[in-house]
Amino acid sequence: MAQESPYIVTYDHYLEEPGSLELEYFSTFGAPRAGNDFHAFWTEFEYGATASWTTEIYIDGQTTFNDSTLFTGFRWENRFRLLQQEHFVNPVLYIEYEQISGADKILKEVEGHDVEADYATPNALARQEHNHEIETKLLLSKAFQGWNIAENTLAAKNLTGGNPWEFGYALGASRPLALKASAHRCTFCRENFIAGVEMYGGLGDRHSFGLHDTSHYLAPVVAWNLPSDWTLRLSPGFGLNNNSHGFLLRWGVSREFSGFGAAFGSMIGRFFGGRKP
Amino acid sequence: MTRVARRTALAAFVLALTVSLAAQKGMSVSEKDSSVYAPLAKAPAKATARRNPLESDPDAVAAGANLFAQHCAECHGEMAQGGRKGPSLLADPVRQASPGAIFWILTNGVVRRGMPVWSKLPEPQRWQLVAYIKSLSPRSGPASKPQK
Repeated sequence: MAQESPYIVTYDHYLEEPGSLELEYFSTFGAPRAGNDFHAFWTEFEYGATASWTTEIYIDGQTTFNDSTLFTGFRWENRFRLLQQEHFVNPVLYIEYEQISGADKILKEVEGHDVEADYATPNALARQEHNHEIETKLLLSKAFQGWNIAENTLAAKNLTGGNPWEFGYALGASRPLALKASAHRCTFCRENFIAGVEMYGGLGDRHSFGLHDTSHYLAPVVAWNLPSDWTLRLSPGFGLNNNSHGFLLRWGVSREFSGFGAAFGSMIGRFFGGRKP
Repeated sequence: MTRVARRTALAAFVLALTVSLAAQKGMSVSEKDSSVYAPLAKAPAKATARRNPLESDPDAVAAGANLFAQHCAECHGEMAQGGRKGPSLLADPVRQASPGAIFWILTNGVVRRGMPVWSKLPEPQRWQLVAYIKSLSPRSGPASKPQK
């Protein structure tokens, strides 16, 4: 069932198929100009609850070279399709709760005045900062002649302390290398590869909205959807100003398990005394 | 705040997952329930009138069969006979529907009934799926079987 988008940061309007569970692992390697290189990683459990609701749990961690390896927190994400049918632009509402430490470095989104210098703090110090954050996004996306065009607007608030709302954005465009499917099942067919580009960054906060003291990235992306329901993604990202990391290398692997909901729901039903269907 | 927030989030997640799993278990589509085919009739006239641009493509049915196995068989059954979540595509309403109407359903889904939108498949692939679905016959089965 795999036909996954290549984006690492940007979301399009497609949700997980109902009853399907997707397990994903992603890595981000960063080489800050000041401070130690880091390898941040996260695991996602993405479940299609209904055709208009996808729910997802993230577990984050990171290794900072010459420092330590840490579990940095979890996120619970929900996406709700707002319109029943396809339209010129398709909106999806994204709501996420995060409980992460200041040492989190996965860069799943860039918001507010996030800058490279934030990542130079030693883990022992950064982990003492605890953040409870609500993050909302309006995801807009469109399919057009084989292309996907997506735009995400982000507003996030750290519930710890009196932090202001912070803002960010992500833009993406992608297209399969071939639009028609082959008559034969194949692994290396062009239609299995989707390539594109994404751009993302911060837009300041409620008190100082704008581009000053913000970081921005441009990242080519490619996904390889294998017939066996595995998807591989690769994305080298380039910082666009002096506040950004110079280079981020991201990759991910995911596997979709269809029919998970029905099988697990049936198991729960039998556990509570129901009959085997 | 920390502990309360963590417990509240965990409880909300477990509740949401339980409700959605219960909903999944309850899903079953009977071929006798003709209302499952009602969305076909809701396709706009302009969409219904569209012809399959790949109807003369000799590979369209075979390619559609592979796409069906990857994306559709989970719900509609391997032979399109219907499954727990999706209705039979061998039934008269589907066989009598125009290619344009089936394409419209593929593109827009039937979100309220649990069928996702499939516009993430490029338009030519959706037409290949239409070619395969229109080739299905209740007696002889599909004209082209998906490759394992």
